[in-house]
Amino acid sequence: MNRTKPGTLLTYGALVAGALITLFPYYQLAVMASNTTADIYSSPPKFWFGGHLADNIGEVFAKVDFFGSVLNTLVVAIATTVLVLFFDSLAAFTFAKYDFPGSNVLFGILLATFVVPTQLAAIPQFDLMAKFGLVGSLNALIIPAAANAFGIFWMRQYARGAIADELLEAARVDGAGFFRTYLSVGLPVLRPALAFLGIFTFVNTWNDYLWPLVVLIDSNHVTLQVALAQLNGLYVQDYAVVMAGTLVAIVPLVIVFLFGARHFIRNIAAGAVKG
Amino acid sequence: MNRRWKYLPQYLAIAPFFVLFAVFGVYPVVYSLWLSLQRWNGVSEMKFVGLENFAFLLTDTAFWDAIGNTLIIWVMSTIPMLVLSMLVALGLNSSVRHKDFLRVAYFLPNVTSIVAMSLVFGSFFSNEFGVLNWFLGLIGVDPVQWLNDPWAIRVAISLMIIWRWTGYNAIILLAGLQALPQDVYEAAKLDGAGPVQTFFRVTLPLLRPVILFSVVMSAIGGLQIFTESQILLGDRGGPEGAGMTMVLYFYNTAFADNDFGYGAAIAWGIFVVVVLFSILNWRLVQRPARVNGGGK
Repeated sequence: MNRTKPGTLLTYGALVAGALITLFPYYQLAVMASNTTADIYSSPPKFWFGGHLADNIGEVFAKVDFFGSVLNTLVVAIATTVLVLFFDSLAAFTFAKYDFPGSNVLFGILLATFVVPTQLAAIPQFDLMAKFGLVGSLNALIIPAAANAFGIFWMRQYARGAIADELLEAARVDGAGFFRTYLSVGLPVLRPALAFLGIFTFVNTWNDYLWPLVVLIDSNHVTLQVALAQLNGLYVQDYAVVMAGTLVAIVPLVIVFLFGARHFIRNIAAGAVKG
Repeated sequence: MNRRWKYLPQYLAIAPFFVLFAVFGVYPVVYSLWLSLQRWNGVSEMKFVGLENFAFLLTDTAFWDAIGNTLIIWVMSTIPMLVLSMLVALGLNSSVRHKDFLRVAYFLPNVTSIVAMSLVFGSFFSNEFGVLNWFLGLIGVDPVQWLNDPWAIRVAISLMIIWRWTGYNAIILLAGLQALPQDVYEAAKLDGAGPVQTFFRVTLPLLRPVILFSVVMSAIGGLQIFTESQILLGDRGGPEGAGMTMVLYFYNTAFADNDFGYGAAIAWGIFVVVVLFSILNWRLVQRPARVNGGGK
């Protein structure tokens, strides 16, 4: 007989209970977004869906330019992700596979940049953006984020083991130049690492709040997170509408995440244990 | 000549990061040191004030309170979070079903927007109609003034951090558990050690590096807490400024009050706190090497 032990059943029950508590805020968000504000402010609280989701979402889009901010966020997240994937993988490939004068020192400098806290640079960055005329522009979000030390470091670790020296040698014999080798040998091998870094970058860019809040001041082109905070500030009396906006803001990301969740979580775990 | 140009493609390949870092990292850090010696609102002329900003910073009770709040919230969130994530990791490491689903469910908060979830939690913390007070009422506890009482505010922010980071750390600890050598467990079993004894005598010591990784990561993140406070309580950190964290105080001074000179000084103050905290962490990591005689 292959019966489950009572201890395992108890563990399973506790884990499921914990998972349900963890997921409850998402459920309750959907409940609030589909009820009226009067329903939300009632006692006992509503725990079941209402029929006002479409109305509430309609109000969100009527009250603030939510559609525009969704587009802005998509533009920023996609552009940043594409640039990061290209620049980081190219630099990681180079650091992992080529020994050139100063490569170790330069990589050391790259690692040292981890310790610079973001707020130390924030005011001068804002000033710089003002001088470039980029305050209020999405470029102020994309350009500084186009390459980063974490991605290069992380992908270099991967590339060192994954790209065989024989392949590089073969490409060299075939007369392929450096960039050609990166495209035809490096990139295909790096694909799993690119998938992880891509989701990671997209999620972080989508959720970023402090810098967009600072640099998109007095702008009509805000990102979703800033729009959400504004929505809350303007329509705090109309909580159902705020919740509908919140729902719209997280659903696309949850879907993107669920697409690659298993792969993504495995990478997070592996990175921590190896590092 | 030929030799020098030989590696040009490699230098070009790594150039984007270094150019960006020079412009948006090195220059701003140096400039912020200069700014911290000025009085400036970003519009009018800068006025050189020497070390006045730093002298004020040292006696600025608001800044010290912000450090205190940040550390209190860090402790109140990190300790329960580590215990919970250890329990979840141990559970996921046993032979339960639906592990993939459970892993994703626990991890999901970590990739969800803090702004969005602060708004959702904001409704949970509502005094009269909040889910939390309703639940407390069910078990006979008086309603808590979540966003009015200074200690309740810190608990509220800590709860959000625990919700966000438990799954992430559980995944990390789980990976650590799975990497542990199995023969040690066989040996412990042969020696007649019970599950509790095995956990404290075998698992915990072996898992130390991974636990320290979690602590270090949560310290790095914990000192940067901003969004939860700002969304839940506003720029001033709520009643008695109980939710005023270091980064919120920085944001508030620099970008709400446009006091760029003092803001830069605060940023350097935060940097010092972060460095001191990192040294503390580093010593924590170094300790086992000394106990074991330093060998690898």
